[in-house]
Amino acid sequence: MTTQTDRTPETAPFVPSFDAPESQGRKLAIICSKGNLDMAYPGLILANAALGEGVETHLFFTFWGFDMINTKTSGDLKFTMLGNTATHLPQGLGGIPGMTHLATSQMKKAIADLDVPEVPEFLDQIVASGGHLWACRMSADMQHLTEADLRDDVEGIISASDFIELTDGAQLLFI
Amino acid sequence: MPTTTIAGHAVEVNDEGFLTRPDQWSDELGSELARLIGIELTDDHWKLVHFLRDDFAEQGETATLRRVSTRTGTPVKSLFELFPGKPAKKMAYVAGLPKPKGCV
Repeated sequence: MTTQTDRTPETAPFVPSFDAPESQGRKLAIICSKGNLDMAYPGLILANAALGEGVETHLFFTFWGFDMINTKTSGDLKFTMLGNTATHLPQGLGGIPGMTHLATSQMKKAIADLDVPEVPEFLDQIVASGGHLWACRMSADMQHLTEADLRDDVEGIISASDFIELTDGAQLLFI
Repeated sequence: MPTTTIAGHAVEVNDEGFLTRPDQWSDELGSELARLIGIELTDDHWKLVHFLRDDFAEQGETATLRRVSTRTGTPVKSLFELFPGKPAKKMAYVAGLPKPKGCV
């Protein structure tokens, strides 16, 4: 990067280009399809980061991702060792009664230790930062859920095509 | 390390323009840094800027937006209103600190 200081050291101060035109108008769409505690966080962290960079951000919750915005489940997502070889422990351990509870508590503690909020509070922060939450029509129908079952700040239960339409030109992440 | 002149003071900056020496900062400089990025500092801004300075002195790293919000009791929404667009970075810049490293 060529700094202004190189050219005009006396007159124009060198200032970060926070609002450069090329950084304007960026849009991000994140599809959250998982309801496990560990798979809820990537979308939340990326959405939060994008909003902090001034990027217009839309989250679309579909299938098991509905658990993130269903008020009955959003504070109670779980982490299981089962089917997750990245714990590097024997899979049989994961099936022992109480193991999912233990693994969940440990993960929640590790997340809290980093001062990262729980899922409902994280979504509060995302909405306060200007993020948009959308729910998938088909998932709502499959699970017999209505807007009354979801967080108040979910802006609507919309079809996949509605979401594609409203995120025209956006970069997209599927999680 | 490039230097630039702000409010009559030569200060060291990195390749993005952030001050690299917290000791070169003063309230006067903070006002000018804010003006350069289009922000007129009010008491609400100063409260946050001074929190960032104090917290950096204690922690050795710049507070993230969430930390600023929880520690100062300022709603995230207000942070976005006070430092529009990229609040964490703008706040750090005005406070003469590196941009925050934390993810959340």
